[in-house]
Amino acid sequence: MTGLGDRVWRGTTTLAALAIPASLGVISVVLLVGAWPTLRETGLALVLDRSWEPRSGAFGVAAALVGTLETSLLAVLIAAPLGIGTALYTVEFAPTGVSRVLATICDILAAIPSVVYGLWGAAILVPLVRTVVAPALQAVGGRTPFFAGPSYGAGILTAALLLALMILPFVTAVSREVIAAVPVAQREAALALGATRWEMLRDAVLPAAKTGIAGGIALALGRALGETMAVTMVIGNRHELSWSLLAPGYTLASLLANEFGEAASDAHLSALMAVALLLLLLVTLAVNAIARRLVRTVRAGLAAVEVTR
Amino acid sequence: MTTDEARTTTRPSAAWRAQADVRTAASLAGRRRRDALMRIAIALSAALALIPLVLILGYLLVRGLGGLSLALLTALPKPVGEPGGGIANAIAGSLLLLGIAAVCGIPVGLLAGTYLAERPNGRLAAVVRFVADVLNGTPSIVVGIAVWAAVVRPMQRFSALAGGVALAVILAPLVARTTEQMLRLVPPTVREAALALGFTEWRTALRVIAPAAGPGIATGLLVALSRVAGETAPLLFTAFGNPYWSVSPSEPIAAVPLQIYTYALSPYDEWRAQAWAAALGLVGVVAVLTIAARAVARRPRVRTR
Repeated sequence: MTGLGDRVWRGTTTLAALAIPASLGVISVVLLVGAWPTLRETGLALVLDRSWEPRSGAFGVAAALVGTLETSLLAVLIAAPLGIGTALYTVEFAPTGVSRVLATICDILAAIPSVVYGLWGAAILVPLVRTVVAPALQAVGGRTPFFAGPSYGAGILTAALLLALMILPFVTAVSREVIAAVPVAQREAALALGATRWEMLRDAVLPAAKTGIAGGIALALGRALGETMAVTMVIGNRHELSWSLLAPGYTLASLLANEFGEAASDAHLSALMAVALLLLLLVTLAVNAIARRLVRTVRAGLAAVEVTR
Repeated sequence: MTTDEARTTTRPSAAWRAQADVRTAASLAGRRRRDALMRIAIALSAALALIPLVLILGYLLVRGLGGLSLALLTALPKPVGEPGGGIANAIAGSLLLLGIAAVCGIPVGLLAGTYLAERPNGRLAAVVRFVADVLNGTPSIVVGIAVWAAVVRPMQRFSALAGGVALAVILAPLVARTTEQMLRLVPPTVREAALALGFTEWRTALRVIAPAAGPGIATGLLVALSRVAGETAPLLFTAFGNPYWSVSPSEPIAAVPLQIYTYALSPYDEWRAQAWAAALGLVGVVAVLTIAARAVARRPRVRTR
């Protein structure tokens, strides 16, 4: 027999719980309705066509889509090894005091707003890429199409570097928790069998931690794909499909940030809503679902990260 | 991951590698050399990761302190070319936006988190948990655009209300998940004891569990709020920004992150200096809360009396 108070209590908490799926439902429906005209008229050409001319009604976001994937994947390629290395160092080699400090720095950096990274990127990283990084890369690989053309500082590479810096603290924090969660007995067993420290890490620690680390990297990829402000401030914002990493480009998120406020026609607005929907699908389906499944096994560790983030 | 799983994943590769070591007749000296190399590589990657990250904090401190002044906090923006001015309107705007977000988002988040902790194994709980995780990973600009379509377009104006709603949509699932985690740290025996003593469910939740999990939940709330406070993208097309003083919920309103964005890309030194100072302030708040949260997370949560 449940009393009135308990029924009210259960009802209220259930209602609040329902509000969360409801909000995702509203977001999806609103975007779908707004994007519908574009989805019907443009269809698949939205992602296949590379010309984006709002005035003449050409809405193809192939360039921005490629830019999104390119910058995010590059960022993950840079950040993942560094992050795992840093996590290994903090957990396995650093003295307790040092590893505490490193962990705190990581947590603070992971919490810095995107726009602050953008500010730093625009003021410091863009000139650095133009004057130092780009000439160095051109000296090494100037003949390849990847570093062809002049660098204005802002471009795909700059965005990828900034994204790498932004997800690095997160990758490090997740890897750190996951690596620290590997049972001590397993390490001791490896060492007792005569393994060196590295062999212990390679054979006893990393295999046990790899699912969790992979999950963390997938989540980081999701963040990179949807990252808006910082990327908008350093990528150059041009609808251009180029092999060169030094060329300016665009991402789906920065396209939204730049054009949504100025969209003059209904068709333009609808196309941008379709872009938002595409971005949501890309991040949600491709990354979150996989990542959450992967990291379920190490949820406790990840939870600790998310709470203190 | 359980030790069982770890063992099954470890065994084949470890055995294979050990054999490989024998086949290649890896000498002890060789193994030691590789060990030393890998140690160096790991330490180097930590150093390499740390340098740019410390540079970011360093630039923030140096440039931010240079632009910091009392006027920044108390004065309104001056027209371009006039020296001085501040971002008082943006600070007030951010506080109002956070207030609206807190009023709309925190109760939902707390109660949903309670639901997840009280009935962790139900089907609805699984759905809510999954959707909350999806929302936590959703690009915030997408939320901003959805709120534009749902609130701004029907009202035909940008408003603080719309901005607050956008932030609340981001805040609620964040709060729900941290609340759930904090509540689940309270041993189930505490809840069972209270129920066995004849407490009703709601009194158990509010009088027994909530106080035990209170500090954790409170820091979770602060961290979530500080994260939302730095959000820029969802405000672009909802709160929109405002160069003048306004605290009206139905008018476009300024916010600190929006101001940083505008000022950072402006060609005026004065504005850029203010952007750095504002960024330092924002990061300072976030950093203090993060460190506090770490301290609380480390302390044992239930005191046995």
